[in-house]
Amino acid sequence: MSQPLIEIKNLSAGINGKQILKGINLTVRPGEVHAIMGPNGSGKSTLGYVLAGRKGYDVTGGTVTYDGKDLIELPPEDRAREGLFLAFQYPVEIPGVNNTYFLRAAYNELRKHRQQEEVDAVDFLAIVKEKMKLLDLPDSMMKRAVNEGFSGGEKKRNEIFQMAVLDPKLAVLDETDSGLDIDALRIVAEGVNKLKRPDNAAIVITHYQRLLNYIVPDFVHVLFDGRLIKSGGKELALELEEKGYDWLIGKNGK
Amino acid sequence: MTQTKPKSEPTPHLAAAESFAASAPGPEWLRTLRRNGVTHFTELGFPTTKLEDWIYCNAAPVTKLAFKPATCADAAVTAAQLAPFAFPGWTGSRLVFVNGHFAPALSTLPAPQKGVTITNLAAVLASGDALIEAQLAHHASVDGSGFSALNTAFITDGAFVALAPNAVAAEPIHLLFISAPGDTANTAQPRNLIVAGANSSAKIVEHYVSLGGAAHFTNAVTEIVVGEGANIEHAKFQEENLEAFHIATVQATLARDSRFLSHSISTGARLARHNINLVMTGQGVDCVMNGLYAVGGKQLVDHHTIADHAQPHCGSHEFYHGILGGQSRGVFNGKIFVRKDAQKTDAKQTSRNLLLTDTATVNSKPQLEILADDVKCTHGATVGQLNDEALFYCRTRGIAEVNARRLLTHAFASEIVNRITVEPVREHLEQVLWARLEELIEKK
Ligand SMILES: Nc1ncnc2c1ncn2[C@@H]1O[C@H](COP(=O)(O)OP(=O)(O)OP(=O)(O)O)[C@@H](O)[C@H]1O
Ligand SMILES: [Mg+2]
Repeated sequence: MSQPLIEIKNLSAGINGKQILKGINLTVRPGEVHAIMGPNGSGKSTLGYVLAGRKGYDVTGGTVTYDGKDLIELPPEDRAREGLFLAFQYPVEIPGVNNTYFLRAAYNELRKHRQQEEVDAVDFLAIVKEKMKLLDLPDSMMKRAVNEGFSGGEKKRNEIFQMAVLDPKLAVLDETDSGLDIDALRIVAEGVNKLKRPDNAAIVITHYQRLLNYIVPDFVHVLFDGRLIKSGGKELALELEEKGYDWLIGKNGK
Repeated sequence: MTQTKPKSEPTPHLAAAESFAASAPGPEWLRTLRRNGVTHFTELGFPTTKLEDWIYCNAAPVTKLAFKPATCADAAVTAAQLAPFAFPGWTGSRLVFVNGHFAPALSTLPAPQKGVTITNLAAVLASGDALIEAQLAHHASVDGSGFSALNTAFITDGAFVALAPNAVAAEPIHLLFISAPGDTANTAQPRNLIVAGANSSAKIVEHYVSLGGAAHFTNAVTEIVVGEGANIEHAKFQEENLEAFHIATVQATLARDSRFLSHSISTGARLARHNINLVMTGQGVDCVMNGLYAVGGKQLVDHHTIADHAQPHCGSHEFYHGILGGQSRGVFNGKIFVRKDAQKTDAKQTSRNLLLTDTATVNSKPQLEILADDVKCTHGATVGQLNDEALFYCRTRGIAEVNARRLLTHAFASEIVNRITVEPVREHLEQVLWARLEELIEKK
């Protein structure tokens, strides 16, 4: 088996002193897609934020090894430069910052990190054009401020568009499917699928099995009360869809 | 509001105003206006911090500066010295005023256009124009503050723009006010009048700069009369030197169905006080007040705005952003009056301030007086640091924290600048603001 891309061991973390993650174990290898499902408030987004390095989300125990490095030690920007990408559940609006300008700044940060030359606005536009088609984004969205006034669906598509341009090794998609209508869902899922390669991986957080019809996971995990209480193959998602979480929670309840 | 009358000690200002008003030439109505200015200035004197509208703005240093009003554009200014104040790629006209007086040799007048008059006030005062007599000093009240009374006592020159009904000014108009160290003068008191006829339209930029770093005093009054259905964009940009005192009033009267877009961008001056007063005298007016200040060191910048909804069915939208470094102080006071009959008023006001240091302060205050019942009025003020979520979002995209801060600070300014529709002006502002903000961020 290939080396793990990320290895989360017994990870505990809290927000402002409140314990949210209570011992997570998860290993993701290149080429794999892992789905994490779980009821509201179970800690899914918290896991995403902890991996991305958000301030105030303190790791209280355990380790995270990403691409051979201690992830927790790295500031958020270095994690991103090392190829970790978080697609936000609620993408942040940044008024006054042009979407294309922002993405080029991010893209050039990655290039600098890899000791590659920065690209200018013209070359960048050529790179971007192709990815815009992939996600069916209108030109107008690129001229607007980052996420400002975007509809819920547009924000999500913009996240995946950023991912397409930044080409991460490990993408964590936090409920990218929520707020999307069925056509948008298909476009986004197809986009994610096209970006899939043997050397990258994705952790897909979702509430709904419908996304997993398009992005077929290799593993499905159930997060409840800060722990992964069940793991299985893609059929687990179907089972959850049918039976809900209660049958699992019953066994693992507090 | 109890405004206790300050003791008006005899000041050199009053003596100078009296002798000027008594001797300066002009038609009788103008001489009456000036005398009227003197009378009010005698009563009011300069505002003190005892006055509610001047609590946070101590104008005493202005009054202590030796008062040497410029009587003509006597300072030698060369075209080359104006280069830093040119808008990139500008093809429109530019009227240059040196110490408040028109400097034809430095100016580029627009190609003549039917129904559009762009000239200087002194020229039309000399030739006599009924429009001027009917409008000049009929809008900005002389009894509001001692400063506008003082300006009125000295009315001599400034910009004059008149649009006949339906006239559309072909190009934006740049009015450049330069303070130049002359032999004696250090005070400029430009008086500007813009009269837009029904359904006319124009974009006008009032731009204040200094040559050199010596202290000087600008006391400007601009009256804007916007006719029915007219559409005017007025941008004021103050980038005077850091010893300057800048006191200015923009007074606009907005008739039925007119559109008025006001910008105030203020980066310069040791003390800058901007009064921007919009009075909606007809129904269906739509106006925007858009403002940005970026200051540091010991600068004080004060915006007092009024949206006076005197008639129903008008909208006023106000957006002010402040970026403050060093030990600078910002003041924002936004008054919204909704008069008794002004039903269906839609008034929005937001004032947001970004403090780059612990020592910078802001006093931001909305002041709403609503006498009608069927209205929508909202206001919000924030003072604080950059948004943590946005900072984190940038960092998750690989942008280092210091650059993310820089990006968001510039963006905060861009939000305001982007509302200016004249591209070369935006470009100039972006350059000036970029440099200014970098300075503020570095020095913090
Ligand atoms: N800033 C915070 N301070 C305190 N508690 C918080 C904070 N943010 C989140 N929480 C709590 O942490 C727990 C986990 O939240 P999280 O957002 O990770 O859940 P989630 O699984 O992503 O839920 P959802 O399905 O609704 O997105 C919840 O109980 C939530 O209330
Ligand atoms: Mg969540």
